Amino acid sequence: MFSLMKEKAKVLDKDAITRAIVRISHEILERNKGTESLCLVGIRTRGVYLANRIAQSIKKIEDKEAAVGSLDITLYRDDLTLIASQPVVHKTEIGFDITDKNVVLVDDVLYSGRTIRAALDALIDLGRPKSIQLAVLIDRGHRELPIRPDYIGKNIPTAKNETVEVRLTEMDGQDEAVIVEKNE
Amino acid sequence: MKILIKNGRVVDPANDLDDIRDILVEDARIAKVAKDITVAADETIDASGKIVTPGLIDMHVHLREPGREDKETVLTGTRAALKGGFTTILAMPNTQPAIDSIENVKLLKDIIKETACANVLISAAITRSRMGEEITDAAKLKKEGAVAVSDDGSSVESRELFLKAMKKAKEARLLVICHSEDKAISASGVINLGAVSTRLGLRGISNESEYKRVQRDIQLAERTKCPIHIAHVSCAESVEIIAKAKKKGVKVSAETCPHYFTLTEEAVRGYDTNMKMNPPLRSRKDKDAIIQGLKKGVIDVISSDHAPHTVSEKEIEFDRAEFGVTGLETELAVSVTELIGKGVLDWSGLVARMSVNPSRILGIDKGSLTPGKAADIAIIDPDKEWTVEKGGFVSKSKNSPFIGMKLKGLVEYTICAGKIAYKAKP
Amino acid sequence: MSEAVIWNKKDLLGLEYLTREEIEFILNTADSFKEVTTREIKKVPALRGKTVVNLFYEPSTRTRISFELAAKRLSADVINISTETSSVKKGETLIDTGKNIEALKADIIVIRHSYSGAAMMLAKSLGISVVNAGDGWHEHPTQALLDIFTLREKLGRIEGLNVSIVGDIAHSRVARSNIWGLTKLGAKVTVCAPRMLIPPGIEEMGAAVTSNIDEALKNADAVNVLRMQFERDEQNAFPKQMEYFKKFGITEERLAKAKKNIIVMHPGPINRGIEMSSEVADCPQSVILEQVTNGIAVRMAVLFLVSQAHDIKNENTD
Repeated sequence: MFSLMKEKAKVLDKDAITRAIVRISHEILERNKGTESLCLVGIRTRGVYLANRIAQSIKKIEDKEAAVGSLDITLYRDDLTLIASQPVVHKTEIGFDITDKNVVLVDDVLYSGRTIRAALDALIDLGRPKSIQLAVLIDRGHRELPIRPDYIGKNIPTAKNETVEVRLTEMDGQDEAVIVEKNE
Repeated sequence: MKILIKNGRVVDPANDLDDIRDILVEDARIAKVAKDITVAADETIDASGKIVTPGLIDMHVHLREPGREDKETVLTGTRAALKGGFTTILAMPNTQPAIDSIENVKLLKDIIKETACANVLISAAITRSRMGEEITDAAKLKKEGAVAVSDDGSSVESRELFLKAMKKAKEARLLVICHSEDKAISASGVINLGAVSTRLGLRGISNESEYKRVQRDIQLAERTKCPIHIAHVSCAESVEIIAKAKKKGVKVSAETCPHYFTLTEEAVRGYDTNMKMNPPLRSRKDKDAIIQGLKKGVIDVISSDHAPHTVSEKEIEFDRAEFGVTGLETELAVSVTELIGKGVLDWSGLVARMSVNPSRILGIDKGSLTPGKAADIAIIDPDKEWTVEKGGFVSKSKNSPFIGMKLKGLVEYTICAGKIAYKAKP
Repeated sequence: MSEAVIWNKKDLLGLEYLTREEIEFILNTADSFKEVTTREIKKVPALRGKTVVNLFYEPSTRTRISFELAAKRLSADVINISTETSSVKKGETLIDTGKNIEALKADIIVIRHSYSGAAMMLAKSLGISVVNAGDGWHEHPTQALLDIFTLREKLGRIEGLNVSIVGDIAHSRVARSNIWGLTKLGAKVTVCAPRMLIPPGIEEMGAAVTSNIDEALKNADAVNVLRMQFERDEQNAFPKQMEYFKKFGITEERLAKAKKNIIVMHPGPINRGIEMSSEVADCPQSVILEQVTNGIAVRMAVLFLVSQAHDIKNENTD
């Protein structure tokens, strides 16, 4: 945890998040022409809740199920030396074969791109998907690798000394996204 | 050479004295002990606030020379002794070669003559090479200068042989010092047998291996009427057996070492080989019994069992490390801290156990500040606090169990044969 | 749950030195690694570029292979040194050997040694990680961890379980590590052996003692059956094999008198007909092979965690 943090602005509220998820769900269905061969893989931890919400949304729209799995990328990170606290390894739970599927990776915030790179490595170790697409709730810029999202909830430019925190009811008790400033 | 020691608290239990006195030393002898001596001297020492005692006597020291001069020599060992306040030490015969013949006694005598800085007495071996098979010639060894015999490091396994040896020693008037250990029981044990040895997964040495042998050795002494001295007593049962024997009138004396009244088996927790010695550190109950034994006089003597070892013999796996710890330089301070500091003994009691009694048991004319006697004197600051540091040892070896310990009591001067043989650095 | 623990130990020397939370943290981490071993590609790059040296002073095929596989599945490079063929035969001390390995820039030494305390001695003198794969009679922490992991998987918990350990307790590092781990996690441990194989003061470690096998099995949820250590035989201390089997062997008849679903464990290799009957070794309650599988996951977790202890810096970055 950061010792000195100041919430600067709320960039998404509950309704905004819901609308973004509905829109992303539509976009996914459009691009993949339905749920055939579609599966969602959330990146732990909040990406998993988002993936579940997208799946629910898809069910509402087309009354079809898209399989959902969760991915832990701790063992694939290249920056374990730099993460703030203990690397805690959770389980990867993907109960279906991803080979020949269109996998949509889901994460809450896209930043340097290293998490996604690790996720790509992990997925490729698990099978041979037909395609891998990326859905993020927020893109805050400052990419360090050539990674680009296919589906974006909202673009939020940030300064380097800021960070974006996404809070979800399932985990944090409420839905919102805020910009937080780190004071050194 | 005249030395005048002024205003020290003179503790001389042999003369029933514990009071402020001046001491005049002249030509290697104690010339005068009185209040307010006003005499011109070559050296005057202000001993106000200090304790002045007869030079201490350690009757269990391994000097390692001849044979293992890498661990210690007569020179470095006697230097360490002086730093600890000891003017007389008894060298154990488990050297290479063992001091088991006239030639070897002569050999050691020459080395002592050449290099010793303090008085070194010689203990010869009971059996040839300490193998426990053939007894040495006690009479000849006594004639050559030995004051005691011991196979220390080992016990004489054969009853019959030891019986014979005791008879010969008695005739020759040599003290028999017993390393009482039944090897069949202690076998390959390395620490005290108990909850700690179980926890650490190490083979244990039971109290039984010591007290059963103490029992046997005392029985033999009773039969032969040979005076014996039980070395390094470590456990409660031994203390009890010795007490009973003394009551019966058996001529047995006993010694213990500072580690047995300061530490317990708990000290071995981290596999620290500086806590490995034989007999091993025992339980809390044993430690308490040793302290009581010292208090009541069942244990007559405190000695160090100074056993220097090189780094390559100690800083290895616990099972393989040599048994033994050094002790000359910490012996007095540990005793002051643990015994005087905790009210077990007073200064007279301590000096008795570290000077008067060893002198009496060995049959030597030391251990007192009587005018006319050799000027062996220790001047001690009883309140000085210091921490034991590895780099501070004068001994060649650094395998001490007290490294890091805060102690009270520091030797300021050691006078041996009328000369200042040691002076503490300011 | 796992979040509370900061793992900052560069070594794993024994379960005596870990807290309950730390042990649970290892087990939870092992859970994630178990999943890796069920994949097609049983590899993750977590220890890529790191070197693990197996330094085995005692012969052991099973433990060594288990550690080797665990390291390889973490993408580490593995070197095996067994003392038959090494400079140790030339008289090199353990610490010198360790320092040489450290100079080669290896990252982790997994050591098995016949002297108790050897792993600790090595760990104190080196800056790289040391994992104890069994030192003398002292501890075999990864064995106990995989035993406990297996129990937890089968029974859902450790707290409140009755676990009996049967065999040569006096000379068993597996027994000692298990006693530490199980009691710290809240289980009740009973050790059962002929009198001469019960070491003094074992109760102070938290275990109840009996020399009656039926009593040991009576309320047990699990029984961990140890190998009778014939290769570390000490003269006159060991009863004969048949006599041992008669008095302490785990048979179907004995299990029938115990709890219905009592779990049967063994660190392996089994002496069929001595510690347990062949039928028991193969019975449905026996989890012996699962222990072997879990051993890889547990050792992966241990290697991963000790390697992290070096890398953790105290800065907060995103």
